[in-house]
Amino acid sequence: MTKYQGHPDAVRALVRDIEVHKDLYIDPELFALEMEHLFANTWVYVGHASQVPNKGDYYTTTVGTEPVVMVRHTDGSVKVLYNRCPHKGTKVAGEVCGNTGKFFRCPYHAWTFKTDGSLLSVPLKRGYDGTGFETHEASKGMAPVGAVQVYRDFVFCRLNAEGVGFEEFFGQSLSTLDNMVDRSPEGRLEVAGGVLRYMHNCNWKMLVDNQTDTCHPMVAHESSAGTAVRVWKEAPEGTPKPMAVELYAPFVSSYEFFENMGIRVWDNGHGHTGVADSIHAAYSPAPGYFEQMVAAYGEERAKQILGDVRHNTVYFPNIMVKGPIQTLRRFLPIAADKTLVESWTFRLVGAPDLLLERTLMYNRLVNAPTSVVGHDDLEVYERAQEGLHARGRDWINVGRLYDPAERGQVNVATNGTSEWQMRNQFRAWTRYMTASMKEGAV
Amino acid sequence: MTSFTDKQLTDFVYAEARMLDEQRFDDWLNLFTEDAYYWMPLAPGQQDPRLHASLLYEDKLLLRVRVERLAGARTYSQQPRSRSHHLLQQPGIEQADHATGRYVLRTAFHYVETRQDAQTLFAGWATHELMRVDDALRIQLKRVDLVNCDAAFGNINLFM
Repeated sequence: MTKYQGHPDAVRALVRDIEVHKDLYIDPELFALEMEHLFANTWVYVGHASQVPNKGDYYTTTVGTEPVVMVRHTDGSVKVLYNRCPHKGTKVAGEVCGNTGKFFRCPYHAWTFKTDGSLLSVPLKRGYDGTGFETHEASKGMAPVGAVQVYRDFVFCRLNAEGVGFEEFFGQSLSTLDNMVDRSPEGRLEVAGGVLRYMHNCNWKMLVDNQTDTCHPMVAHESSAGTAVRVWKEAPEGTPKPMAVELYAPFVSSYEFFENMGIRVWDNGHGHTGVADSIHAAYSPAPGYFEQMVAAYGEERAKQILGDVRHNTVYFPNIMVKGPIQTLRRFLPIAADKTLVESWTFRLVGAPDLLLERTLMYNRLVNAPTSVVGHDDLEVYERAQEGLHARGRDWINVGRLYDPAERGQVNVATNGTSEWQMRNQFRAWTRYMTASMKEGAV
Repeated sequence: MTSFTDKQLTDFVYAEARMLDEQRFDDWLNLFTEDAYYWMPLAPGQQDPRLHASLLYEDKLLLRVRVERLAGARTYSQQPRSRSHHLLQQPGIEQADHATGRYVLRTAFHYVETRQDAQTLFAGWATHELMRVDDALRIQLKRVDLVNCDAAFGNINLFM
């Protein structure tokens, strides 16, 4: 007896105008359906092309809960394949990253595959003569995902072969990736500095929701950022403000600050905080950087690029990008109550090292398993993951500044403490959960 | 000018771990020089704390923020608080320069951190770069290399 599988109307009923049902966060059946539908119908971030610069370079990861390998094919294009030998199911690529040369070789029976997944050779092949081998799945090699799109070196894929197009799915939201790339005087990013990996015992959507939750920093982070500001005030007068304090302090800005910084809501669950201002707006300049940008783009354009100080951009379903601080966070679903958070950082090619240093410090202070800001957040997520099991209440409220006229509006900037962006995410959730779900199908 | 014996050097490392396990954090902070760093690399053998991510790379200001935060009334992630247990192997004296008062010790450890019903075991090596200041030993750099430094972790709340 299933509650949701094959019952798209039951799934739709979980998302109301201003509240969502707790099952979205705690129900294993819904989690399995998210993996089957939501993460297969949407465009999901896989990795960055700079992770696989040379032919044969590969990087293994997951899309939803599916193991995949992103590889630079012999023709120079980036392929995304399911990391599964068609023979017995073994994951073919074993390391997180490496170079496989011209082909993959399965460690179990030495079947080999070209870097586009096609079957290259099978030892003792004559054993399959006359067995109808060529009509079976195994002969097709490692399966490619449904579709791959590389946008300014960011690699996305859609697991399903059919579905929403890349441009249609992301629309104007791609402007955040543009801004991050344009911040390089050479218009190029490289993954740099390692990746922080932080295990969360909570549902992946709690992290996504939190990215545009601007009513929590001054409360949840009083303990960390608030303490940093207080300790800093004890420093002798005239002490230069450390970079760490510059990064911490804006977290405990006032409600008014967050209201005024604004939120922009795009279609399909994408949106960002920090329209007019943001917590990343007032960092000290890196010497020489502005001059490099002016030389590359001209003064007017350079000012425009650097003046766009967006805070958190959510690319639905499961990443967040910070343009001004060159960070990309992936919220990787493992189970209804388990999520791996990966925080990636980028070097602005051609820009001063100080910018990468600041990015890495920010990431360490905020996104590491040792981060006091991270501890603040994880504590409330995990308390929610447990609290949601209470039977006394069934719904989660996302009604702040709700306006019935908002439905159907896209590309709108609004009050920075609105939960419109969260509602946008849940509308997209319903859309892409049910797009491929058939009534009565099991 | 004091010249430290091997026993005084190793006792310093044991005493430091005990301060942490007894949560005498103000005493612990006083062990560090004003320009000291506490470093937990993210990569095995990592050399660069600036242009590569670390789990921790904190100066004394940031360490003080951590210590004060632990005692904060609204530090919900420490309600209830974490506890720690260090199990140290005998520290090895890697370098001892009595003339300049600089010493390097390396100590294999197992570290357990608990909170509520969860208990997590970490294993690694601590490197203490010590210097003589006013005839006492002070930490200039404490480097903690976890054997699985690049693994995905849950919260690490206290100090190893």
